Amino acid sequence: MSAVLENLDLETKVELATHHAERDPIYLDYSATTPVDPRVAAKMIPFITEYFGNPASRSHPYGWTAEKAVENAREEVAKLVGADPREIVWTSGATESNNLAIKGAANFYSAKGKHIITVATEHKAVIDAVRELERLGFAATYLEPEPDGLLDIEKFKAAIRPDTVLASVMLVNNEIGVIQDITAIGNICRENKIIFHVDAAQATGKVDIDLDNLPVDLMSFCAHKTYGPKGIGALYVRRKPRIRIEAQMHGGGHERGMRSGTLATHQIVGMGEAFKIAREEMAVENVKIRKLRDKLLHGLQEIEETYVNGDLEHRVPHNLNISFNYVEGESLIMAIKDIAVSSGSACTSASLEPSYVLRALGRSDELAHSSIRFSIGRFTTEADVDYTIQLLKSKVDKLRELSPLWDMFKDGIDISKVQWAAH
Amino acid sequence: MISPNMSNVYFDNNSTTALDERVLDAMLPFMTMQQGNATSRHVYGRTVRDAVEQAREQVANAVGAYPSQVVFTASGTEANNFAISGIAGNLPNSQIVVSSIEHPCVTRPTFAMQKLGYKTKIVGVDSNGLLDLVHLESILKNQDANPTSLVSVMSVNNETGVIQNISKIAEIVKSYKAYMHTDAVQSLGKIPVDFAGLNVSAMTISSHKIYGPQGAGALIVDKRIDIAPLLHGGGQEKGLRSGTENVAAIVGFGVACDLSVSELTRRFSATNALRDHLEKGLVQMGAVMFGNKAARITNTSFFAFPNIEGETLVMALDRKGFAVASGSACSSDSREPSHVLLAMGISPDVARGAIRVSFGANQKHTNTIEQVDQFLVTLKQELQRLKQMTGVQFDTSANNTKAA
Repeated sequence: MSAVLENLDLETKVELATHHAERDPIYLDYSATTPVDPRVAAKMIPFITEYFGNPASRSHPYGWTAEKAVENAREEVAKLVGADPREIVWTSGATESNNLAIKGAANFYSAKGKHIITVATEHKAVIDAVRELERLGFAATYLEPEPDGLLDIEKFKAAIRPDTVLASVMLVNNEIGVIQDITAIGNICRENKIIFHVDAAQATGKVDIDLDNLPVDLMSFCAHKTYGPKGIGALYVRRKPRIRIEAQMHGGGHERGMRSGTLATHQIVGMGEAFKIAREEMAVENVKIRKLRDKLLHGLQEIEETYVNGDLEHRVPHNLNISFNYVEGESLIMAIKDIAVSSGSACTSASLEPSYVLRALGRSDELAHSSIRFSIGRFTTEADVDYTIQLLKSKVDKLRELSPLWDMFKDGIDISKVQWAAH
Repeated sequence: MISPNMSNVYFDNNSTTALDERVLDAMLPFMTMQQGNATSRHVYGRTVRDAVEQAREQVANAVGAYPSQVVFTASGTEANNFAISGIAGNLPNSQIVVSSIEHPCVTRPTFAMQKLGYKTKIVGVDSNGLLDLVHLESILKNQDANPTSLVSVMSVNNETGVIQNISKIAEIVKSYKAYMHTDAVQSLGKIPVDFAGLNVSAMTISSHKIYGPQGAGALIVDKRIDIAPLLHGGGQEKGLRSGTENVAAIVGFGVACDLSVSELTRRFSATNALRDHLEKGLVQMGAVMFGNKAARITNTSFFAFPNIEGETLVMALDRKGFAVASGSACSSDSREPSHVLLAMGISPDVARGAIRVSFGANQKHTNTIEQVDQFLVTLKQELQRLKQMTGVQFDTSANNTKAA
């Protein structure tokens, strides 16, 4: 091992991972990505230093050691989600898993029909994969969720056509954290012989997943939202009844032909360890996180004119998405730079377009713009939450003092009815 | 855990390489506490975004490209798939041409395009493994066939190490208004790579073949061509490759690319000396050498011994502590003779005996002359043992034949 590593013991690494220097903002963006758990990093490092073999090399122990590690990790991933290891296919992340599941299944079963049902609040990796299929001759229905973010099962039923071949509904939403009833949706899919894909990138380690008992055919996972490394994910492909997918990446025939490409052993090892820790600790961890979330929620609700986006009951405790009315979104983000949060999904937060997820819930552009996603995780402390509440209270107050709209609201003027003069 | 005996000699560097320590040092902060998502706008996100952009510059500098031409992927396989389906995908009803010695991650995505109505053609190579340029021209010239949209020829073959004249091939390809892609996974770090000079439209490179980590690759693309993404979603890499950036691997890839230039001369001469020493010994033992009449990268030696099965010899050498390959790692699962050797006109019987030694010369895992000497001694012993065994088998089968 390198000198650097010898000097960096596990304790130091824990400290580094959890330590906030004076100038470092408090990290409340766990839904964008999580830090790698130091225990995970410690497991990964030997597989880029000593055991560096290509798991596809069959002629020497360098390859065998890597392959064994890959298979152990596959078992850990399978265990967390109640699957058989043979149902787990490695990918480079949830984006690839979603692309592989949707394009792979739609193309394989296209003779049955070319209609796909999904939801307007899915992650871009699902929406854009479906759009790509539309370009290639498929038809798609993008269901609007209810104002609480949940899908109305009756609307799903009504969307089914004789040629519906595939449905894709996420388990936990990345922006608002709501949990869809995938059992109910899956049962309807079974009755109608529709392949059912679930994006579970935001769900692992947060909700129980038991694929043994879930009517789900394909499920996407990734490591970096569950304290594992970036660049690694997996797709669950059901064996009984067997689901077939068309490979999207061709080559050496890795992963039983479903996904070619040299496996990144250390990343796979990292995902296995991250999922093992999640399985062992999620019950306890979720209690702690729910306490912190409730504290944050109650603290922020003391601020006037705040709106929680998405249902609070069917929701992971890690997520709180709140709109601060009469505050300009960009100014708010700038004002709270001492905490690291998202104003939308991380993937779209570079754009100034209001979140498409919040708009799908029927939020006005203004409310969508002034929304903040707080996502809490393993290393969040009560002090972090206290600080956040105080920061929001003072900054929202300050911004509203400058806002003519806030004055008008306070004077009892209904802003929606104001006739603005043209410039 | 099966643990490889670390006194083992690793002669399989074309399959994957041991990470350079300087690469690891650069990666470590991003493997532990640097948790940002490169798309996030807060300081955590910006820190990793800066790291990704620095790596993009390092990669571009190493291959004579502009940073804007670098599209990061998860592997060389993905970059090759992206090139084939991305370039040809926007040119329906065309023809895709690949050489007969490509890696499966070029040929298989090419054949997969047949289902979408594309025609495919394979260009042969000569007995030295060099592309048959007359054959290439005759394919490109054929007016009856669908127009060729894309030609893909690898810069250096992973099994033989033979170097193609890519700029010459690209000139021919471009004169027929087709795009040229080259898989340069095995050339980077072994010979100078110059994207602009090669005059190709797209080029694949990979991190784990140059003492970088697994999990990162890139397609270098001339942005004047219209290329369609393989992965759709969050719009990363200017929409050409969606998915959260694998920051640690990309950072490692960047440093590995830096080293592929600064260490090129040292690696070149170090492996050259080893290879010459090895091949002198091999020839004395009666080995058949493959591709050695053509220009080759200096770390690779591909050979066979008559009447000795490659797979058997590889296993025997492994028991003695030498990690070598019988073909490319991806296909080392199968017992089929190397498609590269068959394309060169080598008989299947001889091809089944093929063994590849590929040397490495990074800081820590540089192979040595002593290792080559030990290897030659062991090889000689194993050959004698195997010949005796097969000799016995021959007798038995002869008796059986008589008996029958």
